Amino acid sequence: MRLLSSRRRHPAAKALLLVFGLFMMGALYSVIAPPAQVSADTGNSQQIAEGKALFAVGCASCHGLNGEGQISGTIQGPPLTGVGAAAVDFQVSSGRMPMARPGEQAPVKPNVYTEEEIAALAAYVASLGPGPAIPEPANYDTANLSAEDLARGGELFRTNCSACHNFEGAGGALPNGKYAPPLIGLDSQRVYEAMLTGPQQMPVFSEEVLRPEDKRAIIGYLNSLHERPSDGGLALGGLGPVSEGLWAWIIGVGGLIFFAMWIAARGAKAK
Amino acid sequence: MSDDTSHGQPGTEVATVDEERYPVPDPGLEEHLPRLTDVDEKAADRATRQVATFFGLVPLLSIGFAVVYFAVPGEAWIDFGPLRANSRNLLLGLTFGLALLFLGVGAVQWARKLMDDEERIDYRHSAASSDDDKNYMLTELDEVVEESKLTRRKIIGRTLLAALATILLPMIVGLADLGPWPTKKKRAETIETTIWAPGVRVVHDVTFEPMKPQDIEIGQLVNAEPANLQDLEGSEYQIEKAKAAVIVVRMDPNTITIPPSREDWQIGGILCYSKICTHVGCPISLWEQQTHHLLCPCHQSTFDLGNSGVVVFGPAARALPQLPITTDAEGYIIARSGFDVPTGPSFFERDSRKDFKVGDN
Repeated sequence: MRLLSSRRRHPAAKALLLVFGLFMMGALYSVIAPPAQVSADTGNSQQIAEGKALFAVGCASCHGLNGEGQISGTIQGPPLTGVGAAAVDFQVSSGRMPMARPGEQAPVKPNVYTEEEIAALAAYVASLGPGPAIPEPANYDTANLSAEDLARGGELFRTNCSACHNFEGAGGALPNGKYAPPLIGLDSQRVYEAMLTGPQQMPVFSEEVLRPEDKRAIIGYLNSLHERPSDGGLALGGLGPVSEGLWAWIIGVGGLIFFAMWIAARGAKAK
Repeated sequence: MSDDTSHGQPGTEVATVDEERYPVPDPGLEEHLPRLTDVDEKAADRATRQVATFFGLVPLLSIGFAVVYFAVPGEAWIDFGPLRANSRNLLLGLTFGLALLFLGVGAVQWARKLMDDEERIDYRHSAASSDDDKNYMLTELDEVVEESKLTRRKIIGRTLLAALATILLPMIVGLADLGPWPTKKKRAETIETTIWAPGVRVVHDVTFEPMKPQDIEIGQLVNAEPANLQDLEGSEYQIEKAKAAVIVVRMDPNTITIPPSREDWQIGGILCYSKICTHVGCPISLWEQQTHHLLCPCHQSTFDLGNSGVVVFGPAARALPQLPITTDAEGYIIARSGFDVPTGPSFFERDSRKDFKVGDN
């Protein structure tokens, strides 16, 4: 106390008191004020304006200043009218967009946008035309799925998805250097958004034909498939006979051949 | 070497002095040198112990296998970094694999170190029988024929021949079980047709839900079946599904080519194609929505669904058959008719004159 009272006329006291007061106000505000809303609210004109500004910097060089797209020319980007917030959330969150350079495939890379920025971009693109909204967490919540649902999800997956993504979701090749990415360890929301919007070469699976409960069953099947440990130990990517044959013939039979050669190389009889 | 005396002495059959046939003289066998184990009794004892140890480990490992089989629970796991292995499978493999390996290693060591290793030459003998043997066989044969009375009572031989010839008939007739005789009529009602018919609804595979054009967005792919497939069961279901499976795709009508003859086969860019590759019949739904190309994963045949399903790459020789579609009174997608050409892979009698070719209208 004596320290405080003796130094109260110190030249720095006023400034320190001011800093302390500001700090207290800030701390109080952060406790009392409601947390910022992070959502692609299409009615939020400020969010749309922020999104438009971000769009002009990161997206417009290919997709045009108003998302009208460029179909001809060296730099091409499809029009974004009607792709919806779900497409933006999928493409930007996974780092596919903005692409580093135009090409056949939009590879996954680290995402540089914050959640607020992605929500703003999504709100802006959603305002260009009606399209699928970002799915609600209830749509892809697979906690309450029964074994029957998972079996049905497996059937739907093998019918609709396995042609490109492999029967285990390990991904696969497409023509001209394109590929269907692996589905292992993906966020359920991304999988749902991909089915909803049909990114890049992937076809669309609309809510009317592949219903929300069907999509949820597919996601549940994928998650249950990838959570299960492999009984054999080394699953070899789940690619089937190609990788298994490669290992059996090169490592297995090749190893035996080397072993036999090693025995014979030391001479047919001992020294 | 002692049993080949009747076929010449060693060295006499190989004419090593014949300059024409053998310009290089036969070097003969390498000089035999004793191994360490041949001269040193201690080394031989050591090798014996090695072989016995390897052989002795085999029963231990075999018993270990049996113990692991019953004692280790199937739900236990061992982690090796990112790999996760089932403990029982791993231990079963290790015990049995090592048992086999030690058996082999012991045998190799035994042969190399301890077994007698002196090299010898065994000459080949002639493969032909001796004249004595041949004559004996012929006289025996004559005797048997005589004793069987076949030469005197010829009717037995003839009926036996007829019996043996006709006993094959049941076997040949049994081959008819392989399937119906593929006459033109039979082909027309089996392999060349599907259960698609005018008015049959196009329904989603798996869920069998019908669909309306407004449910299908541009870039959408639907794996579909005819609605009347649900009425079938068992092998009939499988056979018909294998021929009738289709894919429904929607593309922007401005970006695709529709020939005038197929103008009314589609609904605003919604087209329906057979799902069965025309090469060897793999089901294909590997569709790129931007290029409109459909790729068959079996042999990389690629069909352009934006151009009546013509082949753009790969070994397939024919365009993918297209199913004409329209909507019924309730607005659901139905087939206008069945396929105009047989779906699926080629077969010998197939008439390919009606298939769509580039340049057709």
